Amino acid sequence: MEQKKNWQSFGELNKSAAYTKEVENEFKEELPFVADESKSFLEAKAPRRDFLKYLGFSTAAAAAAASCEMPIKKSIPFANRPEDIVPGNANYYATTYVQDGDVVSILAKVRDGRPIKLEGNDLSPLTNGGTSARVQAAVLDLYDTARLRFPTIEGKEATFEAIDKAIASELTGNAVIVTSTITSPSTKEVIAKFLAKYPGSKHVTYDAVSFSGMLLANEASYGKRVIPSFQFDKAKTIVSLSADFLGTWLNPVEFAKQYAVGKRIDEKNPAMSKHIHFETVASMTGSNADEKYLCRPSEMGAIALGLLNAVKGAEITGIADAKLKAGIEAAAKALTAHKGAALVVAGSNDVNVQILVNAINDAIGANGTTINFGVTVNYRQGIDSEFASLLEDMNAGKVNAVLFHGANPVYTWPNTDKVKAALAKVKTTISFSGKLDETTATCKFVIPDHHFLESWGDAEAASGYISFIQPTIAPLFKTRAFADSLLKWSGDTTDYTSFVKNYWSAKLGGENNWNTTLQAGVLNPTIANVAGASINGAAVASATAAVTANKIGTKIELALYQKVGIGAGQGASNPWLQELPDPVTRATWDNYIIVSPAMAKTLLNIDLNNPGQADAYEVHPPKKVVKLTADNVSIELPVLIIPGTHPQTVGIAVGYGRAESLGKSVVGTGKNAFPLTLFNGKTISLDVTDVTLTLTTETYPVALTQTHFRYDTDYGNRTEVMKELSLASFLAHPTEIREERDHELRSVTSGGEKLKEFEATEKFDKNGTMYPVYDRPGIKWGMSVDLNSCNGCGACVVACNAENNVSVVGKPEVLRGHEMHWLRIDKYFSGDMENPNVVFQPLMCQHCDNAPCENVCPVAATNHSSEGLNQMTYNRCIGTRYCANNCPFKVRRFNWADYSGADSFPDNQVGIVNDVVLDLNDDLSRMVLNPDVTVRSRGVIEKCSFCVQRLQAAKLDAKKDARPMVDSDVKVACQQSCPTNAINFGNANDKHSAITKVRVENPNRQFYVLEQLHVLPNVTYLAKVRNAGEAEAGHEAKAEAGHETKAAH
Amino acid sequence: MTILRSLAKIVSILLFITLSSTIGNQLIAQDGKALFQQNCASCHAVNKKLTGPALAGVEERWSEKKNLYAWIKNSAAFLKTGDPYANKLYEEYNKVAMNNFPGLADADIDAILAYIKTVPAPGAAPAGATSAAPVEESDSTLVFGMLTLILAFVALILLQVNSNLRKLADDKSGITAIVPVPFYRKKANIAFVAIVFFIAGGYMTTVGAINLGRSKDYQPEQPIYYSHKVHAGVNQINCQYCHTGVYQGKQATLPSVNVCMNCHTAINEYNGAPLVKENGDVVDGTAEIKKLYEYAGYTPGETWDASKAKPIEWVRIHNLPDHVYFNHAQHVNAGPVACQQCHGDIQNMGEVKQFADLSMGWCVNCHRETKVQFKDNGFYSIYEKFHADLKSGKIDSTKGITVEKIGGTECQKCHY
Repeated sequence: MEQKKNWQSFGELNKSAAYTKEVENEFKEELPFVADESKSFLEAKAPRRDFLKYLGFSTAAAAAAASCEMPIKKSIPFANRPEDIVPGNANYYATTYVQDGDVVSILAKVRDGRPIKLEGNDLSPLTNGGTSARVQAAVLDLYDTARLRFPTIEGKEATFEAIDKAIASELTGNAVIVTSTITSPSTKEVIAKFLAKYPGSKHVTYDAVSFSGMLLANEASYGKRVIPSFQFDKAKTIVSLSADFLGTWLNPVEFAKQYAVGKRIDEKNPAMSKHIHFETVASMTGSNADEKYLCRPSEMGAIALGLLNAVKGAEITGIADAKLKAGIEAAAKALTAHKGAALVVAGSNDVNVQILVNAINDAIGANGTTINFGVTVNYRQGIDSEFASLLEDMNAGKVNAVLFHGANPVYTWPNTDKVKAALAKVKTTISFSGKLDETTATCKFVIPDHHFLESWGDAEAASGYISFIQPTIAPLFKTRAFADSLLKWSGDTTDYTSFVKNYWSAKLGGENNWNTTLQAGVLNPTIANVAGASINGAAVASATAAVTANKIGTKIELALYQKVGIGAGQGASNPWLQELPDPVTRATWDNYIIVSPAMAKTLLNIDLNNPGQADAYEVHPPKKVVKLTADNVSIELPVLIIPGTHPQTVGIAVGYGRAESLGKSVVGTGKNAFPLTLFNGKTISLDVTDVTLTLTTETYPVALTQTHFRYDTDYGNRTEVMKELSLASFLAHPTEIREERDHELRSVTSGGEKLKEFEATEKFDKNGTMYPVYDRPGIKWGMSVDLNSCNGCGACVVACNAENNVSVVGKPEVLRGHEMHWLRIDKYFSGDMENPNVVFQPLMCQHCDNAPCENVCPVAATNHSSEGLNQMTYNRCIGTRYCANNCPFKVRRFNWADYSGADSFPDNQVGIVNDVVLDLNDDLSRMVLNPDVTVRSRGVIEKCSFCVQRLQAAKLDAKKDARPMVDSDVKVACQQSCPTNAINFGNANDKHSAITKVRVENPNRQFYVLEQLHVLPNVTYLAKVRNAGEAEAGHEAKAEAGHETKAAH
Repeated sequence: MTILRSLAKIVSILLFITLSSTIGNQLIAQDGKALFQQNCASCHAVNKKLTGPALAGVEERWSEKKNLYAWIKNSAAFLKTGDPYANKLYEEYNKVAMNNFPGLADADIDAILAYIKTVPAPGAAPAGATSAAPVEESDSTLVFGMLTLILAFVALILLQVNSNLRKLADDKSGITAIVPVPFYRKKANIAFVAIVFFIAGGYMTTVGAINLGRSKDYQPEQPIYYSHKVHAGVNQINCQYCHTGVYQGKQATLPSVNVCMNCHTAINEYNGAPLVKENGDVVDGTAEIKKLYEYAGYTPGETWDASKAKPIEWVRIHNLPDHVYFNHAQHVNAGPVACQQCHGDIQNMGEVKQFADLSMGWCVNCHRETKVQFKDNGFYSIYEKFHADLKSGKIDSTKGITVEKIGGTECQKCHY
């Protein structure tokens, strides 16, 4: 039996029995109304007569319900219409997504007074129009039913006046403002005013997952406590010591954009950057790496030291693992080969590791080329030890008042009880949190801050790069800006709105300039040359000594990590993010312990190479629960086996197990892993070197989506829809994929006709069918997805949720395979099970020109448009699901229950959908719905529409101007959200459109999924090319030589 | 006798010819009416100057019909020929060029002209309406109906008499009569009645069900008696003055109070023709303006503070189902379709009434027939094949490129 090249699950890898059985069926569970075959049909559970009775009753009921009097609808115009607002047309306002130091410039789409969608702001040179899943989901937080609706004193509602009065009498001095990283220059000035007014006060920045290690290391190495800006786009070699820079490290949107520059391939002159990753627990960034080596968290220092020695030409010592040693050697070789165009980053919060990384970067000439000290970034400013000493001060009674903004130490500090005890000794505790989080619940005064979409403000992401915040809706509740409160208490009579305006008007030279800048949303500095910083070598010696003294662990280690969607817990109360399958595990709604397949054998007694045992693990959602203990703290969580994890290391995501007052989404989802973190006197470590694991007898269901919607028959199977090759083989044989396609199609249409090379591919649409080929006059929509640029971050999935009113179904429904995402990101493995290569492939409706779903619909609810769209008409759909069954890509979704509350009968949801879904049907939550897209009711199929509402709007815009449509008229939601521009979309009939250009320029990497079926998809993919393999150096030399010859021409 | 017969023949033939010709004329005029409303009504009335001149007697004013055709199809081109009357018109109407109607065939223009002739002059007694013909028609139906009933009754009696007589005859001749099965228990009859009921009931249910949720002729009472006849008809206010969104966006939009007050701070009483509701009630226009002042928070004679205005809660008349996407800009701006096409004779409505049933069939029929601005709107330049086919005659240029032809009847043009 030949093993498959690519696989998604262990069952598939082993061709297990359960896998073979499951993939035959479209739907995972037995259908209702299935008769017991041994009995006659009439004796079955729901016999024909019952069916007829129900049919008759429901017809009568529907008739009765429908014949009721038509409701009278009111049409209420404005009393005075504001300028520039046309009801029914969206307005876009430039503003900024800010959360705990994260800054992304965005445009908020406001429809009839409600922000309903966030899109990237192209004018920001940092993010350049890119967004992340969390940015996309932030609009839902605005309409969160769990938001605090009024200020309180000791839990009782109070007016702002009463609070101001009470606080005026209580605040005397020695107040401490504890915030997460503040990027706003004006807020910092307000804080300075406040501190000046109350003597003995200070401001402590405390980040849940801090960069203290890097900040302190930079202070030691360069004499500056700053984080420089990184330029991944200029690096030909990138080495990451477990830094998840595409997912959660500093500003992933910015880095993803830069990273994609090096990964994009010009077919005429193929060359790409090389990314070598050292990984403890499988991460999104590691999954995208060209080469990946597994290591223990405690080995990180030794690896850094080894790498430093290797780039300096010395011996690598202290690394026992031969594979790892080879990896370090390879990394050093690649780094030295590209001196001045190489970069090393580390995710560790250990000062010594970061000092060594600084030394490596200095040795490879990164300092001043790919690392720019001319522009420093402000994303994380917290120093862990500052908060630790504050706790001591509080315990000593030296603090009279604490004001919390953004920081939530009761939840995130390693020892919750210690924080609570310290807070009990403080007379005045004030929280500005918009929701009742763990710290806020212990505070006396709660003055909820606005959501950022209701606020004025500014954010300085990197030095000189300012992004502005303007309100897109009036505050929904009785909330007040954090800075407003501080201004009031410091005796300033200006409100924060005027403060920001005055602050910037003065800097920009007048109110007019302020207005135009605000309209653009960003203020960019003139680009200065990249600058380095002089390094102090003395720190390296002590760091080396410290690292060598640190023994590498021999026991099982734990690496705590953040998930792309949830972060340090900020995303936990957002149902869109909870239901977003995690890029690494493809699990939703929970955290869990990640173990490697090797550890599964010893810990769980599951041998994944044994088909039966693989099935036992994989087919049933309940997973075995393991108790993990470290330093008297223990946690019981289900176990997931994720290839690409070090055999002696386990991983747990932080950010779960939050207070139930934060919303329905956090109820019963995961457990808090922050108590497992350690404060070592200097920094907080997310790595724990010695943990014990004990298997319990319990199981816990985890809503994994990795095995959902798969399909494997003689006519095609899901894992062969993805094409991947190495750069070496692509250089050696550029037309490999094209020839493969041609060969396959030739065999499909073996009509005897002699065809030239590639003729079979080009003529396949006509030759492969007996049906006529239809003209597409005018527009033909097409999409192209570059698998090299896609890193699986999931921004597109959430963007699609927001744009198309895609329902959240809740964990019980995901467990049954009922999730509704129109766009899913498939994850494929290839190679070694312990350390496989990973490819992400976004898959949405392929809008086949010869669509199998269209032929089988008995009511013609799905059919084809003259523009190449596979149309879905919800009102015609009667829910036979034949189309979903016949779809080779499994991209059609069925509304098994009334997730959206669209049915006429209100009791249809009770007991069927869970609280999260009901909460999203609240009038407040429903404000996020896009009014241009129908909300689907129970019993109909839905799927990707290529954002037809945007296509129609784009055509209308062109018609109104009486001009042909151009690319810039339309961007579909997934394309808009993508930080790496992996998705291209447009009119394929237009010779000048971007989509045509992509297709013409990439003939060798381009492919259609399941092309041989002759379904003629309108989505093309560009194959993934991985810069890996031994032949790499030679080929790269060849590529560079090619470059030179080209230049010579 | 033969003479009489042939005379009758001649008379009946003559009668037939005259009748059919009137019907024929009426048909043309009806076509003309539709065309007129579709193409002309937004700028012209028959007996009134609007944006363009009143069209009554237009044929007499033009020296040659040929010129008139040319003018209608492309006024700018015709102006260049230097025709004195055309240039005079152009000057008179402030050099506002008339829209081009290249899509109208000569026959269409004739139909419009025919319709214009049928419209009575405003001063003249509405001749058509009071003519006796339709009244007679309804009378004769009644007479015929009664005659049928009487005859049926007589026939029934005769049948009864006949059967009684036969019974008597049979009695006499000694044949014992079989007790007849009453007609209501005859299986054939029962079956017949059941089938008739089923068919009739089914038909009525279906028709009724199709009309569920439709509300043609819906004419709710509004918070203020606002007359489109007074504003758009008599005073010739452009629709867009109040419905500002109609060119830009999805909704035509209702005017905010400040738009009303633009004029009504000055116009505080109504002196026009009496306003009469359809049920005969007379409306006091000045009192209705007072109602507006209440919403606006305005006291006549003082300066108005716009911030005191409260919005007016109008009753929505044209309701489309939620799963339909309709965009006014698409129809009015890109179309361009006249408002009257869908909203009826709005400039003559006192209270607005829903003109069309807003059914999908109604939408689709229009999409099938209406041509897009294929040559004039640059958007359609990408349909190169259709342009070539039009040129080569493969596509009938009189039919042109309809909305349907470019995909306007596909599901996801309106449902998504």
